[in-house]
Amino acid sequence: MRRVYLYARFQRFWHWMQAVIIFALLVTGMEVHGLFTLIGYELSFHVHNFLAWGLVTFIVLAFFWYITTGDFRQYLTEGNLLEKIGLQVRYYMNGIFRNEPHPFKKNEISRLNPLQRITYLMLTLVGLPLQIAFGFLYYYFNELVAFGMDPDWIEPIALIHTLLAYLLVAFVIMHVYMTTTGHTPTSNIKAMVTGWEEIDE
Amino acid sequence: MSERLIAVVALFVSSLIFPPPYLAAQTFHHELDSLSRSTADHTKFKQLQKDFRSGPEVTEACLECHTEASRQIHRTKHWTWEVPMKDGQMLGKQHTVNNFCIAVEGNEPRCTSCHIGYGWEDKKFDFTSERNVDCLVCHDGTGTYAKYPSGAGHPPYEDTAFGKKQFKAVDLSYVAQHVANPDRHNCGVCHFEGGGGDAVKHGDLDNSLLEPDRHLDVHMASGPDELNMTCTDCHQTEGHQVPGSRYQPMARDMHGFDYPLPDDYPTTCSSCHGLEPHKSYAKLNDHVDKVACQTCHIPAIAKERPTKMWWDWSKAGRLAEDGSQITELDSSGHAVYLSKKGEFVWEQEVVPEYRWFNGELNYTTFMTRIDDSKIVSVNHPDGEPGDSLSRIWPFKVHRGKQPYDPVLKRFVKPILYGEKGSGAYWADFDWDVAIQKGMDNAGLEYSGSYDFVETEMYWPLSHMVSPKEESLGCIDCHARNGRLGNLAGFYLPGRDYNLLVEIVGFSLIALTLLGVSVHGVLRFVSTKQRRDGVQ
Repeated sequence: MRRVYLYARFQRFWHWMQAVIIFALLVTGMEVHGLFTLIGYELSFHVHNFLAWGLVTFIVLAFFWYITTGDFRQYLTEGNLLEKIGLQVRYYMNGIFRNEPHPFKKNEISRLNPLQRITYLMLTLVGLPLQIAFGFLYYYFNELVAFGMDPDWIEPIALIHTLLAYLLVAFVIMHVYMTTTGHTPTSNIKAMVTGWEEIDE
Repeated sequence: MSERLIAVVALFVSSLIFPPPYLAAQTFHHELDSLSRSTADHTKFKQLQKDFRSGPEVTEACLECHTEASRQIHRTKHWTWEVPMKDGQMLGKQHTVNNFCIAVEGNEPRCTSCHIGYGWEDKKFDFTSERNVDCLVCHDGTGTYAKYPSGAGHPPYEDTAFGKKQFKAVDLSYVAQHVANPDRHNCGVCHFEGGGGDAVKHGDLDNSLLEPDRHLDVHMASGPDELNMTCTDCHQTEGHQVPGSRYQPMARDMHGFDYPLPDDYPTTCSSCHGLEPHKSYAKLNDHVDKVACQTCHIPAIAKERPTKMWWDWSKAGRLAEDGSQITELDSSGHAVYLSKKGEFVWEQEVVPEYRWFNGELNYTTFMTRIDDSKIVSVNHPDGEPGDSLSRIWPFKVHRGKQPYDPVLKRFVKPILYGEKGSGAYWADFDWDVAIQKGMDNAGLEYSGSYDFVETEMYWPLSHMVSPKEESLGCIDCHARNGRLGNLAGFYLPGRDYNLLVEIVGFSLIALTLLGVSVHGVLRFVSTKQRRDGVQ
């Protein structure tokens, strides 16, 4: 067993802020959607719209950080990505039950496995921006209609925003579960708190 | 540095250290008294210093100075009780059906106690008569003038009893010498008591508005430091034309702030409050194009006095064993059954019903063929979510059952008020005769058979505006079972959802949970087996 420093201070800060914001957005969003009553519709509405800006801010900050530090390279894969994803999937479906070693070793230069790379990349470049875009379409609906948008679009906009939110819930569940698949069930989460992770030799 | 500059600086600095007493421009106001209100003291007019024997005599005196007043009144619907519509239909009290006392025609001497004239007893009334205009009912500044309930618009000239209520003879000379611009009680004597009594008809207009607190009506609240607005502050009248109409209301004012310019007719909320009235919270302004101000700012009507919600004429005519009329009162003293009128339901703190409304109220007339297989709308607000004029408006919906002709499928006009033996329903209790006489009088066809049909009537609401802290919150509408629960045809966040999206979303979440649970259990079991195997 070896300890490696995987997550820089900014990354950890960004990750947990984003986690809190997304969690709060999901809860307040569901209240606005009428699924339950928690802090009241009006407060939920305000918090949700405020946090939307928070999420945008942190995503922009993260982009800035990844580009300026060059850390975005963590998300690039050499060679056949699909084949490597296949290896990782096969490990989760099979090898993990046989105590096989992780197919891709973590180290300071490469902390993400191919499945993580593609998942986080899709989430950050497609999923969240899409959800945010539809959220803003929803919020600035009146202004957009004044610019000539068809008022009937509010329904598809709202429905897509809702569906993407449910997808995000599914992602969060999966994501949290996957943190338990490290060297020990808590080593991944510890790493995201302290920066240091215990990994298999 | 010049000495003057030093002096100025010194003065400035000293003024910061020793601030002068607060100086504010204070406009000098004369006390508001009769002198400040009018250039004419009517007690000084010789024409008014005499004993008048009748209302028309007073009017003749008024017309000596106000020469065109009656001709102005003749142009108003207060006089004609007629409203010609764009499409050629003739509406107005004279012509429309209502589901309170059904129709004016045939019942004039009773109904026209709220006419702005004298002597409208039947069809022969002369609508060109200037002396029959009643100046005093609107301009009585004393509060002592009242028309006699069945006097065809005349006040009692000698002490008279109407039922159990005593009506004292009006001192016409005193009233004529103390005329004033209309105040709440002038408008209220008819508009607060429409439908035959206080609070019966509108729900948002009753005598509690004479001295309301701000909870009841934030504009009309009459206490100290309140706005104390009266009817004519919004219903700004010119040439006796009082703006504000249920026949041609303005459902959406696109002009915005324009008080008191003439394009603003009638005065709407936006005339004073503008089109972006919410200052602290901009999202509320996004509602203005689709939700009438009244919808959120009139959360309830009939706040202090119950209003009539149901009137079932079909139950009328039940008499006591000795043949006398029955009166049944509820605990608050409101009649729930009268032999003459049937069964009533009264409600207080009524939550309005909401409809899309573009300003067009469709009226069923006595000539309209009705569909008696369902509830008939005596009038019905037009409008739909997509159209730019329509907004969600609050209504009092008055429901009931009233007589109609099941063969011709039309409403009928019974004679209700009259002497015993005249055939009037309230005297003789025979619907067939009362309807036949009423239809003959109106020159309308009657098949000879009658039945009762359930009806509803929409009354758009604009009064009893609550203070902003009491207006509706988001959740009142943006909820699964909110106030707009029955209003279909548009997507309302918080209320609406797509079942497919919900099923797909929740299935996905459930499958994910199931998947990670199974995966976790398998991992746990396999690890345990391996360890056990090692041992």
